[in-house]
Amino acid sequence: MRFDQRHLLGIEPLRPDEIGTLLDLADSYVTLSRRREKRSSALSGLTQINMFFENSTRTQSSFEIAGKRLGADVMNMSMQASSIKKGETLIDTALTLNAMHPDLLVVRHPHSGAVDLLAQKVNCAVINAGDGRHEHPTQALLDALTIRRAKGRLHRLNIAICGDIAHSRVARSNILLLQKMENRIRLVGPTTLVPPVLKEFGVEIYEDMREGLRDADVVMMLRLQKERMDGGFIPSEREYYHRFGLDAEKLSFARPDAIVMHPGPMNRGVEIDGTLADDINRSVIQEQVEMGVAVRMAAMDLLSRNLRARPTELSA
Amino acid sequence: MTATLITHARLIDPEAGTVRPGAALLQGGRIATLFDTPFPEVSDAARLDANNAFLAPGIIDIGVKVGEPGERHKESYKTAGLAAAAGGVTTMVTRPDTAQPIDTPEVLEFIKDRARDDAPVNVLPMAALTKGRAGREMTEIGFLLDAGAVAFTDCDHVCTDTKVLIRAMTYARSLGALVMCHPQEPGLSHGAAATSGKFATLRGLPTVPPMAERMGLDRDFALVEMTGVRYHADQLTTARALPALERAKHNGLDVTAGTSMHHLTLNDMDVADYRTFFKVKPPLRSEDDRQATVAALRNGLIDIIGSFHTPQDEESKRLPFEEAASGAVGLETMLPVLLRLYHSGELDLPTLFRALSLNPAKRLGLDAGRMSQGAPADLVLFDADKPFVLDRFKLHSKSKNTPFDSARLQGKVIATFVAGTPVYRSA
Repeated sequence: MRFDQRHLLGIEPLRPDEIGTLLDLADSYVTLSRRREKRSSALSGLTQINMFFENSTRTQSSFEIAGKRLGADVMNMSMQASSIKKGETLIDTALTLNAMHPDLLVVRHPHSGAVDLLAQKVNCAVINAGDGRHEHPTQALLDALTIRRAKGRLHRLNIAICGDIAHSRVARSNILLLQKMENRIRLVGPTTLVPPVLKEFGVEIYEDMREGLRDADVVMMLRLQKERMDGGFIPSEREYYHRFGLDAEKLSFARPDAIVMHPGPMNRGVEIDGTLADDINRSVIQEQVEMGVAVRMAAMDLLSRNLRARPTELSA
Repeated sequence: MTATLITHARLIDPEAGTVRPGAALLQGGRIATLFDTPFPEVSDAARLDANNAFLAPGIIDIGVKVGEPGERHKESYKTAGLAAAAGGVTTMVTRPDTAQPIDTPEVLEFIKDRARDDAPVNVLPMAALTKGRAGREMTEIGFLLDAGAVAFTDCDHVCTDTKVLIRAMTYARSLGALVMCHPQEPGLSHGAAATSGKFATLRGLPTVPPMAERMGLDRDFALVEMTGVRYHADQLTTARALPALERAKHNGLDVTAGTSMHHLTLNDMDVADYRTFFKVKPPLRSEDDRQATVAALRNGLIDIIGSFHTPQDEESKRLPFEEAASGAVGLETMLPVLLRLYHSGELDLPTLFRALSLNPAKRLGLDAGRMSQGAPADLVLFDADKPFVLDRFKLHSKSKNTPFDSARLQGKVIATFVAGTPVYRSA
């Protein structure tokens, strides 16, 4: 039961046992969150700042609820409306914040590596809430928790990840995590969105969705990120839905007990059929949201324990 | 003028491809006499005992950026010149991609004056091929040649209007001018911060496929075939571009190619955790590409090595990787960094100085770059083995953006001579 990280910047540096530790703790926070009285004092006295350089209502509120349930003082900063617009650099923003002595900094940024850069300049624990196309570790952890609870295990599963892999930080973090836990991963999508270089990560690539879903235990759909498209990755939404949209017919190639996941927000009728998304027997999309809060509670709890174990740094 | 006798040296002769013990008498700005004995009898000369160090023709570095005019806070002719002298670079061939592009004879005269007053080494300026490096109208190539431009280049701005480029090349051809291009397909390289591959995918960085270099090179060679212009590719860095170069040379086109010190010694993995000092243009390549580039240099397919010295201040680099500026300083570090290839057995010293001194001199029509009697006494004396740990804050450049900070290197310049006069002596 160890968790030796100072920050949570990505899945890449985590060991399998650290992932297990975090998920175990998250399980207990699922229980806590389902009670009427949800408060814990794990983070009491600590200040949590959510710094979002990219809009995200869902992730930001999930982190906010997680922090508040653990008793932290939570502050949200929408960076688009602030000093960035006045030309302040990321490092100066970090140094300014650092002088206010936060303990946990939750950061989302449109550029890959920006959260790593920021973490080098502050004394507190930093959680990556998504940086460019790089990583989104808490999303992968909440997906892992959802799978583990639905399937009873997190290894030796056939997992199909479908859609826009090329532009997706969710896909990167999930591939890294699910490989660390020894699962078989297939990527499904058109070559423009699933570049062949991904084979070097030891995954299988399918352009035929039915083949890709065959005997899958888990079907993970990704959002078709329209805002990231330079234009022209796919011919049209309707052709995409025809070939790669998840419907009951395509899902029938997966195992009968296969679960359907989606990180949200969904484009109904583009990557997933609306009825299927709402089917409580197959879709675990609402559970994913619930697990998101629990995983973020666990991550912040573990990081704060490491934070409290370190001597207070006097220098700002 | 006093004469200097450098005794007990190992003379690197890139023309003959040899290293031999001997001594050199520098007089009247030239190599007056070369001796086969280490301690010849010469009267009336100041003596410098090299203690068996190497003496080589000074480096002629094609593609140095100095911050003047416009960005003197990043690098001036004085600081660049000091860095060059400390690095064994006796001639800086400067780039026109300054804040105000060097695209008129007036600006060229200005920087020539600055260089003459402030830089202790030779400076030969290149000029822009098109006005403002915008790829729309050619510059006054004739006037610029008269003013002393040694080559014409828009640097990393690839001219996409092929008609403009053909006309500029045709005009340059009529005056015998050398045109240097940056082989790259801009439609693919736009916005890229890394080379396609596993590493860039893992880091989530926008990429350019290595093939974009060959596409740019193929197009340029087609235009060279049409116009007959003397052409130099600034940096070739990928295996896939090399057969195109080989074919063009075989077909008798007047083409040469360079590569950079960074692409010979680093690969894409060195970026590690988004280290922006490793962001260069074109981006660092795979290890396979690096090895292919070294092999092409060894067999003479690639002609020239440059530092592509690009000073950037801390603010330009302390940004998320995608937003950070490209480029690295290299004047002072090039020789010790490239000696890594000598110590690893990948290149011998005559081959190294063929690419650093002899070939650039030949391409620019200079008399220098040779270890022979009568050649200009632009020389570098260096100890190839001396180990040290590089401290970027001790570099002479105003900007300290080197990827080799804290690197363990072997090889230090003992002295640099320009026209027989020492411009640098190690402490």
